[in-house]
Amino acid sequence: MHHVILGAGPAGVTAAETIRKHAPHAKITLISGEPEPPYSRMAIPYLLEGKIGEDGTYLRQEDGHYDGKGIYYKQGPVTSVDAASKSLTCADGSTLQFDRMLIATGATPLRPPIEGLDNPGVHTCWTLEDARHIAEHAKPGVPVVLVGAGFIGCIILEALAKMGVELTVVEMGDRMVPRMLDETAGNMLRHWCEDKGVKVVTGALVDAIRASGETAPAPAPSATPFAEEKPGFFARIFGGGSSEPSATPAVAPAPTAAAPSHDHPLTVHLKDGQELPAALVVIAAGVKSNIEFLKGSGIDTNHGVKVDPYHETNAKGIYAAGDVAEGINLSTGHNDMLAIQPVAVEHGYIAALNMCGIETAHRGALNMNVLDTLGLISSSFGTWEGVEGGERAVLHDKDANRYIRLEFDGDQLIGAQCVGMTDHVGMLRGLIQTHLHLGPWKDKLIESPGRVAEAYVAVMQQGPTAGYTGPKVALPA
Amino acid sequence: MLKALTIDPGKCTGCKQCEMACSYVNEGEFNVSKSRIRVFDFHEEARFVPYTCTQCDEAWCQQACPVNAITTNEMGVKIVHDNLCVGCKVCTIACPFGTVNYNASTGKVMKCDLCGGDPACASACPTDAITFQDIEQTGFDKMKVWATKTTAGTEPTGPNAPA
Amino acid sequence: MGWTGKVLRIDLSNGTSKSEPLNMEWADKYLGQRGLASKYLVEEVDPKADPLGPENKLIMATGPLTGTCASTGGRYSVITKGPLTGAIACSNSGGYFGAELKFAGWDMVIFEGQSPKPVYVTIFDDDVQLRDASDIWGKSVWDADKYIKSTHQDQMIHVAAIGVAGENEVLYSCVVNDLHRAAGRSGVGAVMGNKNIKAVAVRGTGGVKVKDFKAFMDATNAGKKVLKDNAVTGEGLPAYGTQVLMNVINEAGAMPTRNGADVQFEGAGDISAEAMAEPRRTDGKPNLLTNQACFGCTIACGRISKVDETHFTIQNKPEYWHASGGLEYEAAWALGSATGTNDLEALTYVNFICNEQGIDPISFGATVGAAMELYETGVIDDKVTGGIELKFGSAEALVQCVELTGKAEGFGKELGMGSKRLTEKYGKPELSMTVKGQEFPAYDPRGIQGMGLTYATSNRGACHLRSYTVASEILGIPEKTDPLETDGKAGLVKAFQDATAAVDSSGLCVFTTFAWTLEDIAPQVDAACEGNWSVDKLLEAGERIWNMERIFNNQAGFTAADDNLPQRLLKDAAKTGPAEGLVAGLDKMLPEYYELRGWTQEGVPTNETLERLAV
Repeated sequence: MHHVILGAGPAGVTAAETIRKHAPHAKITLISGEPEPPYSRMAIPYLLEGKIGEDGTYLRQEDGHYDGKGIYYKQGPVTSVDAASKSLTCADGSTLQFDRMLIATGATPLRPPIEGLDNPGVHTCWTLEDARHIAEHAKPGVPVVLVGAGFIGCIILEALAKMGVELTVVEMGDRMVPRMLDETAGNMLRHWCEDKGVKVVTGALVDAIRASGETAPAPAPSATPFAEEKPGFFARIFGGGSSEPSATPAVAPAPTAAAPSHDHPLTVHLKDGQELPAALVVIAAGVKSNIEFLKGSGIDTNHGVKVDPYHETNAKGIYAAGDVAEGINLSTGHNDMLAIQPVAVEHGYIAALNMCGIETAHRGALNMNVLDTLGLISSSFGTWEGVEGGERAVLHDKDANRYIRLEFDGDQLIGAQCVGMTDHVGMLRGLIQTHLHLGPWKDKLIESPGRVAEAYVAVMQQGPTAGYTGPKVALPA
Repeated sequence: MLKALTIDPGKCTGCKQCEMACSYVNEGEFNVSKSRIRVFDFHEEARFVPYTCTQCDEAWCQQACPVNAITTNEMGVKIVHDNLCVGCKVCTIACPFGTVNYNASTGKVMKCDLCGGDPACASACPTDAITFQDIEQTGFDKMKVWATKTTAGTEPTGPNAPA
Repeated sequence: MGWTGKVLRIDLSNGTSKSEPLNMEWADKYLGQRGLASKYLVEEVDPKADPLGPENKLIMATGPLTGTCASTGGRYSVITKGPLTGAIACSNSGGYFGAELKFAGWDMVIFEGQSPKPVYVTIFDDDVQLRDASDIWGKSVWDADKYIKSTHQDQMIHVAAIGVAGENEVLYSCVVNDLHRAAGRSGVGAVMGNKNIKAVAVRGTGGVKVKDFKAFMDATNAGKKVLKDNAVTGEGLPAYGTQVLMNVINEAGAMPTRNGADVQFEGAGDISAEAMAEPRRTDGKPNLLTNQACFGCTIACGRISKVDETHFTIQNKPEYWHASGGLEYEAAWALGSATGTNDLEALTYVNFICNEQGIDPISFGATVGAAMELYETGVIDDKVTGGIELKFGSAEALVQCVELTGKAEGFGKELGMGSKRLTEKYGKPELSMTVKGQEFPAYDPRGIQGMGLTYATSNRGACHLRSYTVASEILGIPEKTDPLETDGKAGLVKAFQDATAAVDSSGLCVFTTFAWTLEDIAPQVDAACEGNWSVDKLLEAGERIWNMERIFNNQAGFTAADDNLPQRLLKDAAKTGPAEGLVAGLDKMLPEYYELRGWTQEGVPTNETLERLAV
């Protein structure tokens, strides 16, 4: 049996290891799309900050990990797949036969329709290679414009700010992380960032990125706002609500004339006429699934690869997992893309079991995120925007920079978001995912949303395992 | 032989010796806010509940870690490696038991590691509300039932679950 | 070091606060908590100051072992000039508040001046704020606790508050922390109320360090083992709480009953520890639910009780259908024996109200006992009591009294003055069972002679916790002495007073001394604190503290004449029990006590003594 896994991110690596565990003698090939050892994109911001070296981003730390497990690691990328003949072709022209295949090719950053994206000094922040470029430019004091204050944008924001650059972040939504946090929380982040010296421009669209001093080509092509090109796309990616750009930008200072300069060779032109000088422009405007290579493969795709609850595609023996797969969203019961690390691992694990013949249906993944924005920590879980007919508990302590919003359906928690609260925050996932009935604790939470941890422990104690048994440890014989 | 931290809330008096022992072992000072075990106080019901990591089979924290900074040792204990942890906090939201917490003063996460096999909280507990004992005596199956409710997939549920 | 080295000084008049370094020279002489805070008080407050005026100060102080893993290392004390007595007051409390104050980084908080309007103080680590308390002024301790935790959305805040009793300056109102632990005696709550402080809310996220962790862990572990292996601290107190004493003291004929008229209470069994654990006839459930520890305590003597929901006191009050702090021995005695009441459920309810309204149940119960005697002897009537039929043994009357006292309404206003002022008002001062204006507690000096000298010489007015010779005279700790004998008691009292002053200054609970001697305590203190804390140094510090307190009181106007007992104890012999025919032999002990103390027969420390102790 030959298992081939496309993509060496968390989903692919988890799948390879899981297959090895359950199929000791199977042949496993793990094909990477990048010339790097398997690494985690999540760790790139910490690489930029200098918290870790490149090896600190690697998904597995020990030398010879893949060889040791008999996982053959091969450079890709894969350019085409034929489901019918169970074969694929790589960029180097080599072909491969497989019995089972997992598509875990992840996503790539969107390139919004902005003039000048190819200028030197404009980068996405997605791969180790991107990180190397950014590190080259982002020196203390240089002006940097970050386009996009979504989840990924905000992670990069933290890293850039810590690198000491003069940072301006431009977000087309009316607030920061609009798909992860509500207006109150998003604005808390904004004020926090501004207090720390980061300039935040929301409700703004980037028109062009030009060399400083260069004027608009005449006639200037009217750049379409990229959000409108694929309406609702981001919402689907993040499982959140819609995000209409606000009519008026929250901040609209007078345009500043940008002279050509070695300090800021680029100028970012906003739709409203504002001009932002920059030595480096980082684009974090969302991602799209890597599915182009599946054209003509016979595998059904939508925005991502369509899968059943076993993470199998319409093509027998071919599975999909991670950012590329439209798995089940626990909150909605619908298939959806939740591009987050823990979900990628879950997908990879479930798909691998099924690839080994251990039938395992996925109940659905929970959307959740955690963000540290210059020390202000926020998180969101599940249906944080609430449902019709549900109840809501809100705590907003401006002075303490603390915000908790809980959303209930009946006496069950279905979504939550927090700012400035980290202790026992995972219990929110526990409560949502297990559909625990809160009983009298729901009213207590509506009165005091900060009592989540107590509520969780209390409800759990009253559950079927009152007097639960704690951790277990296998002592060596 | 399997051993487990067994918690009997009925015996807990709320003295917090466990929290102090934990913070002393892990932080080198008495600091209950940095303890890996926490005693919840339900005063109106006259009940105290010590609470910490169950070292669950599912290893949610470990699976969520993007940089392999949490591993399971030969005793099944999930251990955070401070030299690898970047402080991304994904494990803190991934752990459905809420027992991995971010420590702002170190910029890393912290969780119970059973003190390498001799948990200080159990040694410090004056009433045997927290004990470290053979798993056969602890109603481990009960915990399994509860933990199962928390899983995303059907059984088997985690990378470490039995096939 | 065990100290944080920081004192928080809050000027209520101006609404400002500042951090100042702890005076380490004083710390080396007075250790912490009671001793060290009293030093600050005597240095800063005129002994003649009006206790209920802005010139008085209120100090909340921890000890060096507070917030450590030493068993019982969670104590704090409230130090001020007491309004009930006019003497120096130091009331000690457990719960979690003291440790939290330490984690917030403070050895003590000194409140000075008077706030122009009601405030509550939040101490969240270094962030100190005076906040408007108009929403909770007039509310109970429990409501204030809930309000503060809810307003700041943090259940891990620990609150020390006054109830309406403190607001109304009831002279024996207390400061209640963690809902039902109290700095109970001498009216420290009235001082807080006078300063317009409703509550102090603390949240600390810092750590406490000690000098030598290794030595400290060894010493505290050894100490914990001693507590565990001891019959009183290892078995009696956890199982029965201090209530274990109810039957013991009654049998010893040392149970002050019906305002001290008798020394044995026929209803003692009904309100004892054993009764609390028995299933009730009404609902088949026991009064006692569980025991609870204060911070760091491996004894866990605290009682958590629930009143029978069908009992007359709460049948229409579902807000009391929950668990809360149950009867400790002193409260059971004062609310029960002192008033002749044997209704356990009623006493538990009244105790709840005392906690909720911030009333010292000892002085309250004893004052009700005195009022009952005034009523039964016809000195006061229904007109005075507002229709309350104040008969000994009436649970209904007791309940009516407690509900009025905190609010200072009707006859409650008179009860709130304490028995000394109440009986004086009606021309019967001899019916007040007090020393220096403070009601004595649950041990009758006719049956336990050492307690007579204890009460007479206590620096905060009658009190058992200044030298608990009951340990020796009844329980044989550290060695048995004859409770009916006065010989040797002067030395015993002095030794207990000095040792207790040291323990009260350490952050530890005096209940540990059922099992621990200073030989057990000194290594723990020494491992935590710089300064070579030997047994001798602790004893010397204790003696120094005692003399310092005495000098303050002398300067406040107290004399040897105030080292006295109520005439009833000196003249009326015990009618029953082992002490039948005996009176309290204070005159046989007091001169020797003065001598042993190095005081003149007028009760004034000699210059030699002061020099020896470097007070």
